Amino acid sequence: MNLAYYPGCALHGSSNDYEQSLRVCLDALGVELKEIDDWICCGATAAHSLNQKLSVALPARNLALAERDGFKEMLAPCPMCSMQLLKARKALAEDAALRRGISEAVELEVRGETEVLNLIQVFEAIGLDRLKAAVKVPVESLHAACYYGCLLTRPASVVKFDDSEQPRSMEKILAALGGKTVDWNFRTECCGAGMTMASDQTVLDLSHKILSNAAAHGANCLVVACPMCHVNLDMKQPDIERHYDVQHKMPIYYLSDVVGLALGFNPEDLGVDRHFVRKA
Amino acid sequence: MLICWPRRQVTLSVEKPVFNSIVPLVESLAHTRIRDCYQCGKCTAGCPMGASMAIPPSQVIRLLQLDRAEAALRAQSIWQCVSCQTCATRCPKSVDCAGVMDALRQISEERGLATAEQRRVVLFQKAFLRNIRRNGRLNEVELIAEFKISTFLFGRSLPFLFKDATLAPELMKRKKFHLVGEKTRDRAVVARIFARCVDDSLL
Repeated sequence: MNLAYYPGCALHGSSNDYEQSLRVCLDALGVELKEIDDWICCGATAAHSLNQKLSVALPARNLALAERDGFKEMLAPCPMCSMQLLKARKALAEDAALRRGISEAVELEVRGETEVLNLIQVFEAIGLDRLKAAVKVPVESLHAACYYGCLLTRPASVVKFDDSEQPRSMEKILAALGGKTVDWNFRTECCGAGMTMASDQTVLDLSHKILSNAAAHGANCLVVACPMCHVNLDMKQPDIERHYDVQHKMPIYYLSDVVGLALGFNPEDLGVDRHFVRKA
Repeated sequence: MLICWPRRQVTLSVEKPVFNSIVPLVESLAHTRIRDCYQCGKCTAGCPMGASMAIPPSQVIRLLQLDRAEAALRAQSIWQCVSCQTCATRCPKSVDCAGVMDALRQISEERGLATAEQRRVVLFQKAFLRNIRRNGRLNEVELIAEFKISTFLFGRSLPFLFKDATLAPELMKRKKFHLVGEKTRDRAVVARIFARCVDDSLL
């Protein structure tokens, strides 16, 4: 498989552990990633909150770059980026006038035809059978709470991925890797996402509820596929523990960490040693 | 004989609006129809912040339906919203409630109704976009510095200014801290895209 790769700012910034682990896994599974040449930021929440046109134009420029270089499919491992790209793609596909206007604004013709995939979809495309066959070290000790957060499945009309209330795609991957998953209540609740800087308390409250519910249902780790979820649940976990005077000690893995461990890589190969919360 | 009922003032839609209706503006910003809401409360039930909101999402929408613009624009809840999209996804009438919250934040900030603390969300978003306009990609260190300075200028909160300072060495230890951020090569095109989309006064 040959995919255009849109890392987004987080994966080239403080979430570079996510990029490390997904590159290691996908390389081992024969997926070739070609980083989109001179990609720009998707605009994230800031653009869609403050300016509609910009929130289409920024992702559209990246879609256009991928199209120009002949890519049919693009991996955007950050759900914020992939939602923004999909939203722009949908708007462009539905409206010829917008397509013309935005093509002019971004100085490249954009048709909005490139498929945008999240990381879970890439593992699904590789195939659960193939994944299962590639497992060297089944992750038997994991009782994982798969956490989807907001943007992997919402808005459902935009991302059209899994079930927005009861997603199961990560559980299926975990099962293929020999891990166990728990049923719990906060799989699609919000961690506080972009409020990390502006309203710390919101993040502490929401993320504390998520961690507590996962533990109450017998989870010994959380599995995420979003850099922002990882920041709030992992990096902020010591703050949460201080604020609520509790001990969560809950390791937070990216989905690609778990795949990588099952494929036989060391935590250091995957950047797991760079997480804030270490396995007890 | 005429029975005289005790006079009681009922204020519902009869309250004289202090502001002109903002409903058309909200609807055009959020691409949604306020009148479609039939007040089932599903948005409020699923809102992760609902329990701590004085005026939860369904009531914010109701205030707009009653043309009580100022009450909606001054609601603390519009600043508590985390944009998780649960309300919009579950709405049986396809009202984009999260989009309405975005629109109300924007209008509230523009009209100077937001407090210093409330404005933090918008100040962060503006600093974010200025950063992208300059670099093409986000430079986290630069963004945090700029955000902290701009909130300090508005709110003068010293604890908030230094709150995350201890994080830097922790991130550095984990090779997650990049003093010099990445930039796109063609930053001129990024600046032109911004110029075509955004009024300079916004940022």
